[in-house]
Amino acid sequence: MAGPVLEMRSIVKTFPGVKALSDVTLTVRQGEVHAICGENGAGKSTLMKVLSGVHPHGTYEGEVLFEEEECRFKDIRASENNGIVIIHQELALVPYLSIAENIFLGNEHATRGFINWNDTLKHATELLRRVGLDEHPETRVTDIGVGKQQLVEIAKALSKSVKLLILDEPTAALNDEDSGKLLDLILELKNQGLTSIIISHKLNEIRKVADSVTILRDGRSIETLDVKAAETTEERIISGMVGRDLDHRFPERTPHDGEPDAAPALEIRNWTVHHPIDRQRKVVDDVSINVRRGEIVGIAGLMGAGRTELAMSVFGRTYGRYAAGTVLKDGTEIRTKSVAEVVGHGIAYVTEDRKHYGLNLIDTINRNISLTALHRVAKRGVVDEHAERQVSEGFRKSMNIKAPTVFEPVGKLSGGNQQKVVLSKWIFAGPDVLILDEPTRGIDVGAKYEIYTVIDQLAAQGKAVVFISSELPELLGMCDRIYTMAAGRLTGEVPRAEATQEVLMRQMTKDKEVTR
Amino acid sequence: MSTDVTAKSPAPAPPDGSGSAAGGGGLLQLMLNGLRRNMRQYGMLIALGLIVVLFQIWTGGDLLLPRNVSNLVLQNSYILILAIGMMLVIIAGHIDLSVGSLTAFVGAFAAVLTVSHHVAWPIALVLCLLVGAVAGSVQGFLIAYLGIPSFIVTLAGMLLFRGLTEILLKGQTLGPFPNGLQKMGNGFLPEVGPNTNYHNLTLLLGIVLMVAVVWQEVRARRRQQEFTLAVLPARLFALKLVALVAAILTLTMLLASYNGAPIVLIILGVLVVGYGYVMRNAVFGRHIYAIGGNLPAAKLSGVKDKRVTFQVFLNMGVLAALAGLVVAARLNAASPKAGVNFELEAIASSFIGGASMSGGVGTVLGAIIGGLVLGVLNNGMNLLSVGTDWQQVIKGLALLVAVGFDVWNKRKSGS
Repeated sequence: MAGPVLEMRSIVKTFPGVKALSDVTLTVRQGEVHAICGENGAGKSTLMKVLSGVHPHGTYEGEVLFEEEECRFKDIRASENNGIVIIHQELALVPYLSIAENIFLGNEHATRGFINWNDTLKHATELLRRVGLDEHPETRVTDIGVGKQQLVEIAKALSKSVKLLILDEPTAALNDEDSGKLLDLILELKNQGLTSIIISHKLNEIRKVADSVTILRDGRSIETLDVKAAETTEERIISGMVGRDLDHRFPERTPHDGEPDAAPALEIRNWTVHHPIDRQRKVVDDVSINVRRGEIVGIAGLMGAGRTELAMSVFGRTYGRYAAGTVLKDGTEIRTKSVAEVVGHGIAYVTEDRKHYGLNLIDTINRNISLTALHRVAKRGVVDEHAERQVSEGFRKSMNIKAPTVFEPVGKLSGGNQQKVVLSKWIFAGPDVLILDEPTRGIDVGAKYEIYTVIDQLAAQGKAVVFISSELPELLGMCDRIYTMAAGRLTGEVPRAEATQEVLMRQMTKDKEVTR
Repeated sequence: MSTDVTAKSPAPAPPDGSGSAAGGGGLLQLMLNGLRRNMRQYGMLIALGLIVVLFQIWTGGDLLLPRNVSNLVLQNSYILILAIGMMLVIIAGHIDLSVGSLTAFVGAFAAVLTVSHHVAWPIALVLCLLVGAVAGSVQGFLIAYLGIPSFIVTLAGMLLFRGLTEILLKGQTLGPFPNGLQKMGNGFLPEVGPNTNYHNLTLLLGIVLMVAVVWQEVRARRRQQEFTLAVLPARLFALKLVALVAAILTLTMLLASYNGAPIVLIILGVLVVGYGYVMRNAVFGRHIYAIGGNLPAAKLSGVKDKRVTFQVFLNMGVLAALAGLVVAARLNAASPKAGVNFELEAIASSFIGGASMSGGVGTVLGAIIGGLVLGVLNNGMNLLSVGTDWQQVIKGLALLVAVGFDVWNKRKSGS
């Protein structure tokens, strides 16, 4: 095996009041794909910021050796000049500039301040071929999908003659197909001799691409495992991440079929919705589903299957153009055209995108939780601040939101804790039916377990839960029944007993080909 | 190396010793901690205090002469009224450029009613507020329901109302106003009771205010303790009460030793308390912060965002009308050139007072403090006979420094 290309030794990074990294050691060998995993807040991002010069030399302790030389980067430019390039989770592309312009942004092919377009396009075309992206370099970035944008980011990194590529959760926003392509590309680049570090939550990805994995927990490096070794199972990695053996990734749950005689808490019949701009396109096509009290019903589907669109169009028509269909709550039809009405009928929708649609990040935990049902802590239009504070304190304790007080701005919390705030705010609204859209996206394993427990308790209290997720294991672990969707259509309904990943995946993909 | 040092030196106190520290140093420490936590809130208050002290020295004590304090209130009242409404607009994530022209238009309308048509002034007053409400709701409708950007709608409004003002006044100045209306801009509370060298009603009002403030603070503290929530340490709380009482007492004595409290100050006081309460405690206020902070999230939480936006502009219209009446009453005439640049002063007040360009942040008290910073600068520089040219330069710098400090402070505490 080749020697180490990167060594980070005894890195300690302290923020005011918090020790983000204490004694982290990381060794990456030449030409390997090295995964870093750990719960949110374990220090993965901080470590990468130290490496890439976001936290300049002098603000941390310990030493960084790259190609056997000590690095003292003072900013990102310095690390990029040494061939260390980081691709952040949130893509940093300018939407209205072309692919080529984005690739060479800040690094333009220019003579005396004027861009040499022939050179630019030629180079861009070469780079696009290298990452396997079949688009014209003059296409605007906004006109291509997220998966392709990710490839543009990698092309941009390659243009900087990268020696060590760092990818921060590169597949978080991608669907399975695009993720697969991206991972293949990483392997391909590895064969060409590129070393990369990949931060990921997805253990199956790590198993697919990584040669070794370093596990961080609470700001310490716990261990580095050889991924190809037989004893490195997913359970093994998980137990390293959480520091306890996770025999059960899901809470113990007695299957519940709901009371078969009573009307379903929520029933959607023949629901059809058109795309808000492209009005010819049916985004949700004749979908009928139901959920009973005490039941957890999953909706599985690949990206673009229309799950979120179904949920949001039912939830106060917040998506698309309604075409046909009825919604029944406890057996009676309800017609709701606004969020306030639908919440009044006891239906809650917990968004998949908590930062944009779920929370006011600059406001406090306290005020975020109370917003959905301010009237419950208000009299004649006036909020009782003390009652409000008690409510949110209650949620902080019962949901185990990790924050010193409820007056902490939500934007400062980790993803898992933000998700708990979103859930709290909707539980506070007192709904009978909760539609949870990817409730565990982008949060760590420990927080996931806590969220599962909460969902289980909600069902046990007699609430009806619709659980939309892209992760089949969690649907299988939590749901009593699972619907599958593909290309806007319902393609199957599977009871818990018959559900396996293979069955679901077959249904999630089958109609897609038929309709195309 | 550093780990060894911490074991011996007592300097980095453990984080749990925050509330129970004893001794004089402890109290100072507590105050500094509280200050650091609430830098945004207190920073501008301290800046205002500094400006007052500086001008007090430079003007040889003229700034805080009773007559000048009275003048200061009268001169700035309409900007402060506008700043309250503007703060709401900015928190909601919008801007209103039309308020200066709207104040002029309402003033002209009042003049046409009372001077040319001899309408009784109370009726004229109500009609003027109505005109403001209509103007605000038309703009609000276009912004909230048709989705035209507020910058464009109110820029159009700014031109439109200025034009209408000139049409209404035929380019002339119109006055004088009936006595009742004049009082709104220039009047003082009536004198009652025996002659005490001081203005009795103002004294009484000051005492009532002091009692009310102390009672309110004590009640809130007791309520918090009931809910077993953390409260200010007793000595710090006492200090806060003393400071509050001293501030009210000073203002009361200053005003009472001249003509008494100006009527417009009473109006302003009611507005500040009322709007402060609404923004802090009313569902309406919370919804304004919510739509300014994250509009899509607020929508998905069931906030009726369009209605709230509409109401914010409606409210701005009414306050602009009120300010227009006060301006006209103070000048005792409606002029086509009234209210020029008022919108900019109100916007500047809001930003000096802690509002954010992107919305979702700010307080009514902040807008008032921001307005007073500008007001004291104006007044102080006038006393020092600084020309209007330099006054503008200095006010521009003040805005830059205030917002720059805020940005710098946020960056330091964030990240």
